[in-house]
Amino acid sequence: MTIDLGFWTLQTLNALQLSMLLFLLSVGLTVIFGLMHFVNLAHGALYALGAYFAASLAAVGGYWMGFFLAPVAVAGVGVLLYTGLIQRMRKSGPMAQVLVTFGLIFALLDLTRIFWGDLALAIEVPGILSGRLAFLGVEYPTYRLFIIVLGTAIFAALSLVLSRTQIGAMIRAGVDNDAMAACLGINVERLFFIVFCVGCALAGLAGAVAAPLLSVTPEMGLQILIPTLIVIVIGGLGSLKGAIAGSLIYGFVQTFGAVLAPQLASVLIYALLAAVLVIKPVGLFPAKG
Amino acid sequence: MLELNAINSGYGETQVLYGMSLCAQQGRVLAVLGRNGAGKSTTLKTIMGLLPTRSGEIRFEGKPIAKRSFDIAKAGIAYVPETRDIFPSLSVRENLEIAAKRFGGDGADWTFERVLDLFPRLGERLDNGGAQLSGGEQQMLAIARALLMNPRLLILDEPTEGLAPIIVKLIHDKLQELKAEGLSMVLVEQNFGFATSLADDVVVVSKGQVVWTGSAQDIRADEEAQHKWLGV
Repeated sequence: MTIDLGFWTLQTLNALQLSMLLFLLSVGLTVIFGLMHFVNLAHGALYALGAYFAASLAAVGGYWMGFFLAPVAVAGVGVLLYTGLIQRMRKSGPMAQVLVTFGLIFALLDLTRIFWGDLALAIEVPGILSGRLAFLGVEYPTYRLFIIVLGTAIFAALSLVLSRTQIGAMIRAGVDNDAMAACLGINVERLFFIVFCVGCALAGLAGAVAAPLLSVTPEMGLQILIPTLIVIVIGGLGSLKGAIAGSLIYGFVQTFGAVLAPQLASVLIYALLAAVLVIKPVGLFPAKG
Repeated sequence: MLELNAINSGYGETQVLYGMSLCAQQGRVLAVLGRNGAGKSTTLKTIMGLLPTRSGEIRFEGKPIAKRSFDIAKAGIAYVPETRDIFPSLSVRENLEIAAKRFGGDGADWTFERVLDLFPRLGERLDNGGAQLSGGEQQMLAIARALLMNPRLLILDEPTEGLAPIIVKLIHDKLQELKAEGLSMVLVEQNFGFATSLADDVVVVSKGQVVWTGSAQDIRADEEAQHKWLGV
C-alpha cells in the first residue's frame, strides 16, 4: 500500500461522500425526533423506497426524473404514514412508537418485495455525471463528487432556512419548548407535519442518489438504519449541527478505519459511540443544551 | 371576560382542580392567591389548554374557549409562565419577533419599538441568545413577548419569583402602567404585597377550589383570611 497525498485525498473524498449520504438521512430523522419526540425507525425504509421509486422512474424517464420525483413520492408516502399512524401515536410513548415503526420496516420491506421483486435493481448514472474528474491530483468519479456537492448544498440551504427565516425560528422554538410555542399561537402540529414531510423527502432523495452507487435491494433500508441512528446519537438529537457533525465523524471513522486498520474497522465506530455516550450522553451538539 | 365554571383538571392521574370557578372582568386585574400546591399554576395551564379539562367549562368573551393552545393564543390570551420559557435557541430579537410577526399587523397596539421603550434593557440585549439572560431580563422578555401578541387578556404566573427586589419593583411599575392602559390581567402570585397592590379583585385558592372572593382592599383588611388561607 503506497500512502501518498493522492491516497489521502481519495479517502477524504470517499469519507465526505459517505458522510453526505448519511447526512441526508439523519437530518430528517433527528429534527423529527427533536421536534416531535417521535422515534421513527421506518426512516430507513423510506430511504429504500426512495431508491426503488428512483429506479422505476429512471427506467421510464431517465435518471433526472427519478432524482426529482422520488423525493416527492416518498414525501407522499410520508403523508400517508403521518395521517394514518403517526398522528394517532403522538402521545402513546416511545415504546409503542418503536414497536409500530419497527413493524413498519418489515411491512415496507415486504411491500417492496411484492412490487419490485427480490432481485437487485440498478440505475444508470446520467451522461453528464458519469466518468471521472481530475480533482486535486486524483481521478475521482464525477457522480460521487456530485453527491458531496449536493449534500453540502442541502446542508447550506437547511442551515439558512433554520437560522434566518421565520419558519426556521418557529422550528427551533418548537424543538426548545413545544407547549410555549403553541401558547404563542404557533400551530405546532402543522409545523410537525411539514417537517416530517421534508424529512421523508430527504430520505427519499438519499435513496435516489444512493441507488446508482449501490444495488437497490429491499434490505438497503435496514442496512442504513444503524449507521443513521449512530450518527444522530453521536451528533445529539434534534440539531442540524449534530446531524452534520455526526455524519462527518461516522464517514471519516468508517472510511479511514477500513483502509488504515481493517481489523478494527467494524469495532471502531461502536467504540467511538460508546466513548461519546460516556463523556457526553446527550451527544455532541444536542438541540436542547 | 374570562369565566371558569366548576373546572376539574390535573396532571395525568392526579387531579388538582376540584370545581374551580372564577371570573376575570374586562379592564381589571384579578389576583389568584394561595399557598404552594393550591392549584394556581394548574388553573392557568388549564386556561391555556396545556392541561385538559375533565369537566366544567371555560368561557372567554362569552364563548366557550378553544381546545388547542394556539387557538387560545389567537383568541387573544397571552401567557407568561412561571418558568418564563424563553426559547434558548432563539436570540432575544427572535423571541420577540416570533410573537410580533404573528400578531403585529398594521395598527397593532404593541410594536417592537414600543416594548423596547417599556423595557429598554431588552434593547441592549437584542442579539444575545435567550439562554444568556438574567432572571430579571428573562421575565422582561417573557412579558414583552406576551405584549407583542397584542392580547386582550394577559395571564401571568408568579412574575416576581426569584427576582431581586429592585427588579420586582420594576416589574410592578410596568404592570401598573399596563393596568392604567386598561389591559385585563390574571395574576398568580405568592408575593401578597405585590399582588394586592396591583389587583382590583382577588380570589384565594386552596385544594383546587376558590375559598375566598373579594376586592384587594378587602383581603388587605381581612387578617383572618390572610392567616387562614395564605399564612401571611
